[in-house]
Amino acid sequence: MLDKTGIAKRIAKEVQDGYYVNLGIGIPTLVANYVRDDIEVEFQSENGVLGMGPFPFEGEEDADIINAGKQTITTLPGASFFDSAMSFSMIRGKHVDLTILGAMEVSENGDIANWKIPGKMVKGMGGAMDLVASAENIIVAMMHTNRAGESKLLKNCSLPLTGVGCVKKIVTNLAVLEVTAKGFKLLERAPGVSVEEIQKATEGTLIVDGEVPEMSL
Amino acid sequence: MINKKVDSVQEALQGVQDNMTFMFGGFGLSGIAENSIAELVKKNIKGLTCISNNAGVDDFGLGLLLHQKQVKKMISSYVGENAEFERQMLSGELDVELIPQGTLAERCRAAQAGFPAIYTPAGYGTEVAEGKETREFDGKMYVLEHAFKADFAFVKAWKGDAAGNLIFKGTARNFNPNMCGAAKITVAEVEELVPVGALDPNQIHIPGIFVQRIFQGAKYEKRIEQRTVRQRS
Repeated sequence: MLDKTGIAKRIAKEVQDGYYVNLGIGIPTLVANYVRDDIEVEFQSENGVLGMGPFPFEGEEDADIINAGKQTITTLPGASFFDSAMSFSMIRGKHVDLTILGAMEVSENGDIANWKIPGKMVKGMGGAMDLVASAENIIVAMMHTNRAGESKLLKNCSLPLTGVGCVKKIVTNLAVLEVTAKGFKLLERAPGVSVEEIQKATEGTLIVDGEVPEMSL
Repeated sequence: MINKKVDSVQEALQGVQDNMTFMFGGFGLSGIAENSIAELVKKNIKGLTCISNNAGVDDFGLGLLLHQKQVKKMISSYVGENAEFERQMLSGELDVELIPQGTLAERCRAAQAGFPAIYTPAGYGTEVAEGKETREFDGKMYVLEHAFKADFAFVKAWKGDAAGNLIFKGTARNFNPNMCGAAKITVAEVEELVPVGALDPNQIHIPGIFVQRIFQGAKYEKRIEQRTVRQRS
């Protein structure tokens, strides 16, 4: 089974040379730490920066340079700043190659819910609805089950949706799965996790096609 | 040169009244119109509709207006940082319209650019699209979203001049340029008001035509919401 860092490491392998990548808050943010250093990748943050670098050294924080999580950041050579409308032109206009975000629920047809629990938690969708409505390459990073142990990979989402039929790939602490017309196709197992354990933790249709390899990190 | 300079925040805010609709630039606490907000708190006008990506934190930014119950309605994309906001929303004291961040930006830009509405794919198939006109273009569904109508836009820039020209810094730019000229009156506050002619016309982010009033803010706290650092090795 993977921890959050493990999920980030596995997703980092999906990042290819020349990609512009938008990282969501939480596990997705960690992905930047594990991208191979022999490829060129630029990270976009929807509050208006392309070419995001690591956190600043202590004493060098700048209130005017933050990411979408409101964290202080730095920029790398070649970076640019822009306004919010232009930022979402990059996203809506499909200029961003890969979007990685977290989710509360994903359904077997690729619907995603991650912005609201009615009556309990209403933080808002931020840029997530724009991202999932336009991105062609969306990877969801999340735990396979919620804190109560219930599956987050469902036949149908129970929470208010963020987007419909948009998720292509999911990386959890247990598995790598692809969303297909027939359901969640199991691509890889996390180290030490059996197909049975994944089946048990998946409420939606799970497609197991032959021998499922263990993922390498 | 048409002079947009006013001498004080009080003069800049002349005409604000109860029940008006205001736009506020900023992302989190970055690039917010600190001086205009402080003056609105002093004036204690009520029943406001506020268009802003976020709602500040409990004791800073728009949180100050919420604390005094000056706000009737918030139109935002993300409000997760403010406990008082959440309390007022869940108790029904505050009307909240949550919309996608890109839609918020584009509804401002549409107002600025003279478009009555725009079609966006964001929110299609979700509760955000309920009751709204939808339309198919090239096999994909889109939602019709209307331009905002606002009385004042309060924006903050790094540098500006009396002609109303603005230059922003870093990610403090965010929604500020999109709100300039998107309301009946745009009030720009700047960290540094420089003499006319000192700004290179090639470097201007927002031309003065979009700004009605400009002043230099008395002070800026520029509070950091999430101070994240790395260790020197």
